[in-house]
Amino acid sequence: MTRIFIPGDSSALSVGAAGVATAMAKAAKARGLEIEIIRNGSRGLFWLEPLVEVVTPKGRVAYGPVTAQEVESLFAADFLAGGAHAKFLGDIEQLPWLKNQQRLIFARCGLADPLSVDEYRAGGGLKGLEAAIAMGPAATVEAVLASGLRGRGGAGFPTGIKWRTVAGVAADQKYVVCNADEGDSGTYADRMLMEGDPFTLIEGMAIAGIACGATQGFVYIRSEYPHAFAMFEAAIGEAGAAGILGPSVLGSKFAFTLEARLGAGAYICGEETSLLESLEGKRGEVRAKPPLPAIKGLFGKPTVINNVLSFASTPWILAHGAKAYADYGLGRSRGTQPFQLAGNLKHAGLVELALGVTIRRLLDEFGGGTYSGRPIRAVQVGGPLGAYFPQSLFDTPLEYESMLAAKGMLGHGGLVAFDDSVDLARQARFAFKFCAEESCGKCTPCRIGSTRGAETIDKIIAGKDRHKNIELVRDLCEVMADGSLCALGGLTPIPVLSALDNFAEDFAREPALSAGKGTGHGAAV
Amino acid sequence: MALQYERDTGTPLRSGALISLTIDGLKIEVAAGTSVMAAAALFGTQIPKLCATDMMEAFGSCRLCLVEIEGRKGAPASCTTPVEAGMVVRTQTPRLERLRRGVMELYISDHPLDCLTCSANGDCELQSQAGVVGLREVRYGYDGANHRAAPTDSSNPYFSFESSKCIVCSRCVRACAEVQGTFALTIDGRGFGSKVSPGGTDFMGSECVSCGACVQACPTATLNEKSVIAKGVPEHSLVTTCAYCGVGCSFKAEMKGDEVIRMVPHKAGKANEGHSCVKGRFAFGYATHKDRVLKPMIRAKITDPWREVAWDDAIAYAAGEFKRIQKTYGRDSIGAISSSRCTNEEVFLVQKLVRAGFGNNNIDTCARVCHSPTGYGLSKTFGTSAGTQDFKSVDETDVMLLIGANPTDAHPVFASRMKKRLRAGAHLIIIDPRRIDLVETAHVKADYHLPLMPGANVAVLNALAHVIVTEGLINERFVRERCDLNNFESWARFVAEERNSPEATAKASGVDAKTLRAAARLYATGGNGAIYYGLGVTEHSQGSTTVMAMANLAMATGNIGRNGVGVNPLRGQNNVQGACDMGSFPHEFSGYRHVSDEATHEIFTHLWGVPLSSEPGLRIPNMMDEAVEGSFKALYVQGEDIAQSDPDTQHIVAGLKAMECVIVQDLFLNETARYAHVFFPGSSFLEKDGTFTNAERRISRVRKAMAPLAGMADWETTQAFANALGLAMNYAHPSDIMDEVAKTTPTFAGVSYARLDELNSIQWPCNAKAPLGTPIMHVDQFVRGKGRFMLTEYVATDERAGPRFPLLLTTGRILSQYNVGAQTRRTQNNLWHEEDVLEIHPFDAESRGVRDGDLVSLASRVGEISLHAKISERMQPGVVYTTFHHANTGANVVTTENSDWATNCPEYKVTAVQVRRTNHFSDWQENDRSEGFSLRRIMEEGVHAAE
Repeated sequence: MTRIFIPGDSSALSVGAAGVATAMAKAAKARGLEIEIIRNGSRGLFWLEPLVEVVTPKGRVAYGPVTAQEVESLFAADFLAGGAHAKFLGDIEQLPWLKNQQRLIFARCGLADPLSVDEYRAGGGLKGLEAAIAMGPAATVEAVLASGLRGRGGAGFPTGIKWRTVAGVAADQKYVVCNADEGDSGTYADRMLMEGDPFTLIEGMAIAGIACGATQGFVYIRSEYPHAFAMFEAAIGEAGAAGILGPSVLGSKFAFTLEARLGAGAYICGEETSLLESLEGKRGEVRAKPPLPAIKGLFGKPTVINNVLSFASTPWILAHGAKAYADYGLGRSRGTQPFQLAGNLKHAGLVELALGVTIRRLLDEFGGGTYSGRPIRAVQVGGPLGAYFPQSLFDTPLEYESMLAAKGMLGHGGLVAFDDSVDLARQARFAFKFCAEESCGKCTPCRIGSTRGAETIDKIIAGKDRHKNIELVRDLCEVMADGSLCALGGLTPIPVLSALDNFAEDFAREPALSAGKGTGHGAAV
Repeated sequence: MALQYERDTGTPLRSGALISLTIDGLKIEVAAGTSVMAAAALFGTQIPKLCATDMMEAFGSCRLCLVEIEGRKGAPASCTTPVEAGMVVRTQTPRLERLRRGVMELYISDHPLDCLTCSANGDCELQSQAGVVGLREVRYGYDGANHRAAPTDSSNPYFSFESSKCIVCSRCVRACAEVQGTFALTIDGRGFGSKVSPGGTDFMGSECVSCGACVQACPTATLNEKSVIAKGVPEHSLVTTCAYCGVGCSFKAEMKGDEVIRMVPHKAGKANEGHSCVKGRFAFGYATHKDRVLKPMIRAKITDPWREVAWDDAIAYAAGEFKRIQKTYGRDSIGAISSSRCTNEEVFLVQKLVRAGFGNNNIDTCARVCHSPTGYGLSKTFGTSAGTQDFKSVDETDVMLLIGANPTDAHPVFASRMKKRLRAGAHLIIIDPRRIDLVETAHVKADYHLPLMPGANVAVLNALAHVIVTEGLINERFVRERCDLNNFESWARFVAEERNSPEATAKASGVDAKTLRAAARLYATGGNGAIYYGLGVTEHSQGSTTVMAMANLAMATGNIGRNGVGVNPLRGQNNVQGACDMGSFPHEFSGYRHVSDEATHEIFTHLWGVPLSSEPGLRIPNMMDEAVEGSFKALYVQGEDIAQSDPDTQHIVAGLKAMECVIVQDLFLNETARYAHVFFPGSSFLEKDGTFTNAERRISRVRKAMAPLAGMADWETTQAFANALGLAMNYAHPSDIMDEVAKTTPTFAGVSYARLDELNSIQWPCNAKAPLGTPIMHVDQFVRGKGRFMLTEYVATDERAGPRFPLLLTTGRILSQYNVGAQTRRTQNNLWHEEDVLEIHPFDAESRGVRDGDLVSLASRVGEISLHAKISERMQPGVVYTTFHHANTGANVVTTENSDWATNCPEYKVTAVQVRRTNHFSDWQENDRSEGFSLRRIMEEGVHAAE
C-alpha cells in the first residue's frame, strides 16, 4: 500500500486540498490501486499547496501545486513510483527553501499524521517532557531561563523569568494558558502548528505545568480557526489516551490536564489580560497591570500565559539542552523564530530561522520578490501594529533589540510585503481604523484616539491644514503610545509614525493623485 | 457625584506596613498596597482622574492619572500602580501635561458643549478636570464621529440616563458590580461604539434595583437625579441618618434652602460606607407629601369628623381626657406605645412620660412584634440584648449562616456587603422556606439552602447542633474557657439525643438530612462562622427558643468574640435597637434593667422625683385584650400603625374601638388614626435633631434639615403633653435628653452629642471602659460572665396545615416598599410594587385552578382577604407568601393571635390558610374601604366656624 500525504491544513484546504484528496481516492479505486491517504500538516510552502507527497521505494517525493483536475495525469505519470510530471518537485526537503531553514519548532510539521502519538514519538517528540519530568520543576525553569527564550507573542519578555515567577508563588491552584488567538494579519504559525503538529504545543504546555506547579491548562484558540480548534481538541483526546495528559503525566507524579477554548472573535482577546477575562466568560476587556497574570491571572490564580510558539519552543530546549538552543540567535535574542512571509510575495510561507536574519534575506532568498513583479516598496513587520520599513532599512536584523532601534517590532514574526503601488498615507489610516475596529473601548486614547486618528489622516489626504494635522497626528501618537492601557493602542502609533517618517512623500501628494493609489498588494494577495 | 466634596483618594485605602516613597519631592509614608494616586491624595496632591473613585478598585481606563516614576518606562497610571519602597514619583511634568491635555482633548471631541445648561453644571468632574489639565482647544473639531445624538433613558422615576454625555468610564458599571453586586449594567459593544447598557433594555426593564450607586459614581450629568435636573445643584448639605431599615445608613441631605434636593450616601458613615438602597437614597418624598397632616385634630367620637385645633387645645384636650380616664378607671387604665421610627430621645421621653407621668409601666414598642425574642434570647445566653458584631465584621467571615432573613430586600446595603464578601470566596448557608435571592444571584450561590417548612426553625437548629456534637466538631477550648460547663454538658446531651438528629427531624422540618449534615460541618469547620438572622427567626411561637439555639451554635463552635463571627439580628426598623435600649418595654428601664431592680429604681426615682412602679406593665397584646375586656381605656401611640402592622387586625380594631381616648401621633392619618380621638401631627426625620441606633448598636446623629412642618418636633409634642399632664419636662434640645440617658444608663455613659460629632457614630456600650464604643461584643468574656447554653426543645406550633387550611402562609417585605408602606407608598417606589400579591408555587396554583394574576381569596381561621396571585417557584409547595405593605390588602387580617412563648412576639411567619379563586374582595376589605373613608373625614373650614 502506497502512502500519500495531502495536507489537511487550512491553507492547503483553501486552495483545494480536499478536492485533490477525494479525486485521488477515487482515481486509485478506479484503478484498483491500494493507497493510504494521510492528511498531514502543511510544510509551509504555500505557493506549492496543495502539495502532494508520495512515499515511493526511492523515497518520499513531492508534487505541487496539484489541482483535482491534475490527479488523473499524476496517475498517468505513475506518480506512485515517483514518475516524471510537470508538478514533480522531488525530495521537498532538498529544496533550498526548506533546506536552508533551521526548523526546531516546526521540525515535524507536515511530516506525518498530526494525531499519531506514535509518529510524534518516532519524530523525536516527548523527549523534552521526559527530560522535564526527570530533572524536576526547578531545573526545568532554569533550563528555559538559560535558553534565553523570550515571549514569541511579540513582547519578548523572558519566558524563564515568567515561569520562575509563577513557580515561586504559593497557591492552591495555578494555570497554564496558551494564547492561540493569532489575530495579526499575515501570521499563521500558531495555526499551522496546531493543525500540523499539535503535540508539540501540548508537550510544551505540560512542561510549563510541571515547571510552575500548574495542573490545568487552557488553550484559547481564535474563533476563526475552526480546523485548528477541531484538530487540537482531537489531539488533546489522543494525548489523554496516551497518558501524556492526565493525573500522571507519562506515568510521573505530575498531573496536567488541558482544555481547548474557542475564542470570542475579538482581536483584543489576543492581549493577554483580555484573553484571561474572556476565558473567565467575561467581556474581552484589558485588565490593568499590576497585578501581573503571573501573580493573579486566570480566576485570580497565578498563571503562566505564553504564546503558542513560546510553549512549542520548550520541548526542543528540554530535549537538546538550553545551550544548544541558545547557540541560535543574535545578541539578546536567542533561538529561532518562525517567520511568516505574506503579502505581495512570490513565495509566501513559513520560514523558521535563528533570530537575527535580515529582512532583505527573507524577502529575497525566500520571498522571491513580489508576486506582482513590481519592486518592493515597503514591508510591514510584526503584524498590523508593526512598522512599515522602506528598502533602506531592509538590512535590519530581525531580532528584538534591532527592531526596536529601528522604531519597529518583531511582533509575532509576520512580514507583509507591498509593491510600489502602495500609498502609505492610506496604510497609516488603516492602522488607526484597525485599532478603532478592534479596540475594546476601555481606555480613552485607544477608544476615541483611534477614530480621531483616522479622521485626521483623512483630512491630511484631502489636503486640509496638512501641517497642523500632521502635528496633531504626531501628538495623538504620543498620547496613544504613552497613554494607552495595552499594546493595541500603545503600538498603533508604530505603523502610523513609520509611514510618516519613512514615506513622508505619501502625505504630501496632491489629493487628486492620491485617489489613484492602491494597497500595494498588486493583482492578488 | 456629590455636592459636599468628600475626600476621594481615587482608590480604596489599605492597611499594612508603612512604605516610604517620594512624590513630587515630598517624602511620605503610606501603607503597602496603596496606589500612587491614593498616596498622593493622602498628602494633598490631587492627580487628575476621571475613572477612579475610592468606592471601587482601580480600573485604569481614563488615562488622566499618568505619572512618571524614576527607573520606569513610559507613564504608568497612578491608580493601578501600587507604591513601592523608594519609589520616586513625579505627578507634574511637561510630558504629563501634554498627555493629559491630549486625553482630555479626545474626551471633549465627543462631548456635548452645553455646560452652561447642563444639569451637572458646577458639579461635574469632566468639567473640573478639563479645567485642571488646562485644555484650551479641541483641534479635532466637532464634526467627527460622536455620540451627541445618543438617547436619554428616563424610565427610572428618580434618575435619568443621558447617554450623550457618557464618557464610558465604567464607574456606573463597576459600582453596580463591585458596590451593589447586582451586575445590572454592562458595556455594550466595543471600541468607539462602547456604551453603558442596562442589559439591552431600559433601566426600569433591567435588573436594576435603583440603589443609586451608579448615579453617585457618575462623574458627569449622564446619570443624574431628576430632582437635580428639575431644580438645580443643591447649595448646602448636612449629614444625617436614614429613617428606613436597621442598617442605619448615613446620608448627606443635600439642600436648597429648606428643600431636600437629594440624599447622597455618606462615605464616612460606618454602617454603609457610602452605599445606599432605593428607599434611603430616593424615597424621601413622603416627607413633603400632600397627605401629611399638619394641624392637630380632635374629636369626641371616632364617627365624628376630625376638627382642626391649635396645638395648645389639642394637648389640653388630650391631657384632660387621660386624666379623666385614669381618675375614672384607675392608674393602669392608660398606656403608650413608643416607636422604632422615632429617635432615641423621643422614645426615652415617651417611656419617661409613662413611668413618671402615668405612674405605671404600660409602655411597649413595636419591637414587641419584631425582635423582642432577640432581646430575650441573647440576653439569656450572652448577657446583652443586641447583635454581637459591627457590619464590617462580615468582611472577615468565612461561612455565613443566614436564617429567616432576606437581606437583598430588607437590608439591601448590608446585603451588598455580604455579596461582596461572598464573591471573594466566603461560603453561605441559607435556612429559609423560600428561595430568596441570595440562594442564587449574580456571582453568588449559596453552598446549601435548607428550605424548611415555616415553624421548624428550632428542629433544624437542634439538628445542626446534633451533628456538631455527635461528630466531634465542638470547639472544646472555647467552651471550656468561655462557657458554663454544666449548662453545656446538659445541652450537649440533649441535642445528641437521636430525636434531634437530622434524620429524625427531617419529617417535621422538611429538610434533607444529608444536606443539613453537610451544612453543619461547613459552619463548624469552615473558619469564621457568622450567623445573621431576621424576623423569620423571631416571629414564631418559638422565636426566643430559636434565638437561643443560634447562640448555642455560635458558642459551641467558638464563633463569638472576634471579627468575622457572631450572632447578628438584622433589625427591621431604623431605631428598633434604640427603642429597646431606651427602655420602652414594660418590664425594663433603659439599658435593659428590670423595673423591679432596686438600684436602677433608685437612679430614676431620684432623678425624676416621683415614685415609680416596680410592676411590669402591659404588653401591646395585653393592652388590646384588656381594652376589649373594658379595663384599658386610653392609649398614646407615637409613630406606629398597629391597626395595619399587628397581627389579627380585627382584634386590634376591636380593642381600639373599645377605648375612650386614643392619641395618634404620626405623619399621616394612618389606619390606627381611624379609631383615634386626638391626632398630633408628627415630624419626619428631616425635621428634628436626635439619634438612631442601628442593628450594630451604632448610635448616629439625625440632624434637622428643615423646621417641623407642623410646628413641633415629636419630642416637643411629648414634652408638651407631659407638662399638660403635670409631669414637668424642660428639655431645650434633644442633646439634653441624651445627657439624661447617659447619666442614667451605664452602657450609654460616654455618649453625648459632642462625642457623636467628634466620632461620627458610637457603638454602645460606650463608657469609661470603652470610651470609643464597642464594635465587637463579648471579646474576652461574655457580658453575663460565662456563656450559657440553653435547652431548646422543639415544640411544633399549634398553627398547622390541615384539611380546612392546607397551606402555610408566611409574610415578609420587598425591596421597594417599607413595612406598612406609610412612607414608601407615598413615593414613586410604588412603580415597583403597587399592590401586595400572593406568591404561590405552581403545584398549589395548578391544583386550585389559579392562574398568574387571578384574584384569590386568602383565608385563615381568623380572617379572609382577597389579593392577586403570583405564581412563583421561589415558593415551595405548601407554602404561600405575601407582603403587608398596602393597608387595603390587610395581610394581617389573616395572621393569628399566636405568639412567642416568652415575649409575645406574634407568629406572623406561620398561618394555616386556604387559597381559592374568587371574583370579589372580602367582606373585611369592603368594610375597611368604607370605614377608611368615613372614619377619616376632616371637617372643612367654614363649617367649623358656622357651628
